[in-house]
Amino acid sequence: MTHLTNFEVFLLLSVLKVAVVLVITLLAVAYTVLLERKLLARIQNRWGPCRVGPFGLLQPLVDGAKSFLKEDMIPLAVERPLFVLAPIIALGCALISMSVVPFGAATPVSLNGAPGVNLFQIADVNVGLLVILGITSIGVYGITLSGWSSNNKYSLLGSLRSTAQVISYELALGLSLVGVVLRAQSLNLRVIVASQSAHGALSWNVFGGLQTVAFFIYLMAAYAETNRAPFDLPEAENELVAGYHTEYSSMKFAMFFMAEYANMITVSCVASLLFLGGASSPFGHLFDSVLNTTIANAAFPVCWFVVKVFSFLSLYIWVRGTLPRFRYDQLMGFGWKFLLPLAMANIVVTSFILAIRG
Amino acid sequence: MQLALFIVFGALALLGALNLLFQRHPIYSALSLVVVMMSLAVLYWSLGAEFLAAAQVIVYSGAIMVLFVFVIMLLNAGTEQRTQGSRAAYAVGFPGAAAIFCLLSFVFLTEGSALKTSNIGGDLENGLDNIAQVSAMLFTRQLLPFEVTSILILVAILGAVVLARKEQ
Repeated sequence: MTHLTNFEVFLLLSVLKVAVVLVITLLAVAYTVLLERKLLARIQNRWGPCRVGPFGLLQPLVDGAKSFLKEDMIPLAVERPLFVLAPIIALGCALISMSVVPFGAATPVSLNGAPGVNLFQIADVNVGLLVILGITSIGVYGITLSGWSSNNKYSLLGSLRSTAQVISYELALGLSLVGVVLRAQSLNLRVIVASQSAHGALSWNVFGGLQTVAFFIYLMAAYAETNRAPFDLPEAENELVAGYHTEYSSMKFAMFFMAEYANMITVSCVASLLFLGGASSPFGHLFDSVLNTTIANAAFPVCWFVVKVFSFLSLYIWVRGTLPRFRYDQLMGFGWKFLLPLAMANIVVTSFILAIRG
Repeated sequence: MQLALFIVFGALALLGALNLLFQRHPIYSALSLVVVMMSLAVLYWSLGAEFLAAAQVIVYSGAIMVLFVFVIMLLNAGTEQRTQGSRAAYAVGFPGAAAIFCLLSFVFLTEGSALKTSNIGGDLENGLDNIAQVSAMLFTRQLLPFEVTSILILVAILGAVVLARKEQ
């Protein structure tokens, strides 16, 4: 490995990290779908998928093969370039935002004396939070364009609803994060995680950081941002057939489907990073001396992170199985008249407390 | 690396701007404008202004341009008709643009040393944290312009509300 320059080492490791994270994310997307079908089925007293493989574990692979082999129909009246571009934007943006998420503790790996490359994060950007918000806001184009280019009134109505909803809830979502940023005094996701790691679960933003209100605002806004129940009006089946992806079939439909679940995973990652201490242990430094090997120190934070994300995903599915859909005016009123003022009040209170504490 | 970024995304911004002018359909023009704004964001980032880059993406590409596209979709604007172009545009526009281009290139070529070169980029992963500097500047020396701008935006919002309520 001595003939490689530092830049080449960095490039190779980055490409490797991107490939690994991409594969894991796509697998996680596939199995989140299975998890949702299984959990929903249990909530509704059914079995869910149980025929393909043990406990239906091979179902996602079979579903993927099915959607890949189906005929890809494009109606004649669509605006073809945008019709093809829309699912790519949706899925691309959903996957790109994973690139700044730190999955584990800072574990620099160096090859032949090159500067360390972070093992559990693709890019350690110092405005990581803003990057995630920015990429999410670009993802709206996927939905907007798909609805318009389909040349179908149900699609258009679905995408209009969705765009209005996402723009409205983005405000509450962004403002709910300000309190966390004020506490950590940084937009770097690693610094935000480090600011909560002092006393384990007690110093997480949702408990000890007194950002409980912000956490619930974020949670509700995030459900609306990802178009999930109880805010899944863009694809309300009883009114809009299937909303913005009515005209899509085969792999293009699958891409929208995957984008939705990838967005769910991203939102869960951000929630656990900002409010539940990210990859840090809920016991703080209590058990630091018990298993103090390099591998354990690298592996346990990743496990904690996965557990947190998993519980958020389960919460998502639980909410979907429990709550009925909102009406459109209720949705807008809730976002603008309740969540937004509450988020602003949270910022004012948080900054007062921080100013008094010095 | 910074030079490569500059060449790629500068070219992309130029192509997007040209495409914006030559497309006949408003929605394609709006999307080209999004491409221009995203490339500008990358250029800001490569100059080390990562907060500006993120704000550009979130505010312009993510919010304002979505509203543009939204309005175009709602109006269902069709393809534009090409006109012959006005004579005034040919008579004044091209010489004017050429004059501005000559003036700018003259200034940059002669005064290049006095303008100083900016420190392009630095390491993209560990660039200077300039958010604290930006906010300190905004809330101390630039406080009045900042507040005046906020009032301007508030007035615009109130105007929109008044216009929207007029029909009742």
